[in-house]
Amino acid sequence: MSDVIISVENVGKKYAILHQQERAPYKTLRETLIKSTAGLFRRRDESQHGRTHEEFWALKNISFEVERGKVLGIIGRNGAGKSTLLKVLSRITQPSQGRITLRGRVASLLEVGTGFHQELTGRENIFLNGSILGMSHAEIRSKFDEIVAFAGVEKFLDTPVKRYSSGMYVRLAFAVAAHLEPEILVVDEVLAVGDAEFQKKCMSKMQDVASGTGRTVLFVSHNMIAVQSLCEQAVLLERGHLKSAGPAASVIASYLSESMESNQAVTWDDPEIAPGNSIVRIRCISVTDGNDPGSRSLSMQTEIRIETEYTVHESNFLLHITYHLVNDQGITVLTTWSKPTVHSAGSYRAICRIPGNLLNSGGYFLKLIIVENENSAIYWKEDIVSFNVIDTAERETAYMGREPGIVQPILEWSVEGPFQQAKSDAPLVTATRDRSR
Amino acid sequence: MSELIIEAGRTEKNYWRDLWRYRELFYFLAWRDILVRYKQTVMGIAWAVVRPLLMMVIFTIIFSRVAKLQAPAAIPYALLVMAGMLPWQFISAAFAASADSLVQNSNLVSKIYFPRLIVPASSVITSFVDFLITMALIAMMMVWYRFVPDWRLAGLPLFVLLAFLASIGVGLWLCALNVEYRDFRYIIPFIVQFGLYVSPVGFSSSVVPFKWRFFFSLNPVVGVIDGFRWSLLRGQPLIWWPDLANSIGVTVFLFISGTWYFRKMERTFADII
Repeated sequence: MSDVIISVENVGKKYAILHQQERAPYKTLRETLIKSTAGLFRRRDESQHGRTHEEFWALKNISFEVERGKVLGIIGRNGAGKSTLLKVLSRITQPSQGRITLRGRVASLLEVGTGFHQELTGRENIFLNGSILGMSHAEIRSKFDEIVAFAGVEKFLDTPVKRYSSGMYVRLAFAVAAHLEPEILVVDEVLAVGDAEFQKKCMSKMQDVASGTGRTVLFVSHNMIAVQSLCEQAVLLERGHLKSAGPAASVIASYLSESMESNQAVTWDDPEIAPGNSIVRIRCISVTDGNDPGSRSLSMQTEIRIETEYTVHESNFLLHITYHLVNDQGITVLTTWSKPTVHSAGSYRAICRIPGNLLNSGGYFLKLIIVENENSAIYWKEDIVSFNVIDTAERETAYMGREPGIVQPILEWSVEGPFQQAKSDAPLVTATRDRSR
Repeated sequence: MSELIIEAGRTEKNYWRDLWRYRELFYFLAWRDILVRYKQTVMGIAWAVVRPLLMMVIFTIIFSRVAKLQAPAAIPYALLVMAGMLPWQFISAAFAASADSLVQNSNLVSKIYFPRLIVPASSVITSFVDFLITMALIAMMMVWYRFVPDWRLAGLPLFVLLAFLASIGVGLWLCALNVEYRDFRYIIPFIVQFGLYVSPVGFSSSVVPFKWRFFFSLNPVVGVIDGFRWSLLRGQPLIWWPDLANSIGVTVFLFISGTWYFRKMERTFADII
């Protein structure tokens, strides 16, 4: 019999959303009084107050099981219900339906540094935060030195944490959390913080937690590389529903293939509304994987193919198409154009290939410009398509995040050596002399 | 191995056991509040001495010199005021702290599980430290006035307990209401101010006309203050027991109903805070 430590059966969580403009997120007494008074006079209509309640299921019919010692990744887009699921699992909020059975002590780490107090010193905060996360006084004391060493804040132990740099703060907070020893650890997006070196430390610590002691970890992240390397299994949430569950690799693949809410391919069936003017009209434009035009998942490592179909309505025009590729920070990464050719009336297809190992991961927008006579733009459209490029590489370094940089080409490197350390008294001359012999 | 079942709409049966298990968190939160309270203040803990002392001086001048009220025989008026000030300061501070505690700790509530009752309960402890300091102040005043309490001092712990129940009882009500309706945040200082006038802090309960005594004694603070004076001040007229019974009744009712309401609302705190 398998050793199931968490079993989630048909769990749902419902929120009531209040639709009203410019309203505080919490109720005020006045509103409730007005409402209940209004309730006495049945004839008065609720909608009169310009507000309606709507039920919103942040989670619906979620069922899965986790075995002891497994690491489960929970992935999904923003607002898919990942954090709500963690909150329900860690008992912060109650489910509206369903049932969860937990066979072990749960500690949740939904935010690093929860309960840190600005005025208290590092030492004091270690004790406070430890106890908030569920450690006993004795446990904290026995791990105190380890925590301090992990965070690297020995010198600042008696400084209030409000004087810490944000990096130190986060390191200390994670250090406390990393030394928790529950049977089930629930972690939300911790890797979003800290510098590369510290992230590396966090990842290996998480790996230890999972593999070394047979503890069960639930891990929510947007970082697919981290999920892939840490988790054996994953569940994919979409709008509160369980989309798929199974081995991490296949769940991630299905997430990547359809997660892009970008308009990666657009077709205008009605020429009336298609972008363009009386001379040229765009019929469709699509961004696909260059090796596999059926696939819409775009990887940093493979070629990207941009295909534009357009119709020319008049003859004898010297035309070419220009693309501006803009990244999600609004920086134009590159400009590229087709060869200007004389077009006669009819349909055309322009294909542009962006080589693999050039673009960094992230979101991109394409601006399309149609140029006549090599110099005058007769039509342009911003953000005609958008797409995401994902990093799918196996890394040689342990860093799991996105490397900084607008482009990420593979460059030629060579590392030479080791060289003999030069001796202090004129060794270079000797060397030359030797060689010349 | 412990097995925990979370189910929709199910009240946790081991809530009270959990409360016990999380007692260390209770100590730590109280310890944090005490530590933080006087950080970055020049006078530090001296504030706990200065405030009741100043209040006592002003109340003694107003009620004894300006309003010409009399203390019962052989009791210095300042001591009468101080014996009322002691529980009043504790109750008002404890109540205000616990009423605001959940909103103050909203980051904990929305990120970590623990029995929420710990937060308002531990916030009362800070006020208790101030209470002990004021207590020492009274002892010093008694030495100054060469005033020795008698055997009735033994009853004091009971009235301290009553003060705890009263402040937590009202505190729990307002704490839970404050999470949902932030209006209560503005009501709290008002209740404290109002309470000062309807409670016998600056005067003795005996000056209250008999026909108002019943309503007067519905205020839970009345029973506590009368009790404190009875146990601390020898020669103070005996407690009027129906009054005390009224106050105790109201206090117990507030405490039980406050706990009930808090438990009822607790499940949704994380969603609405």
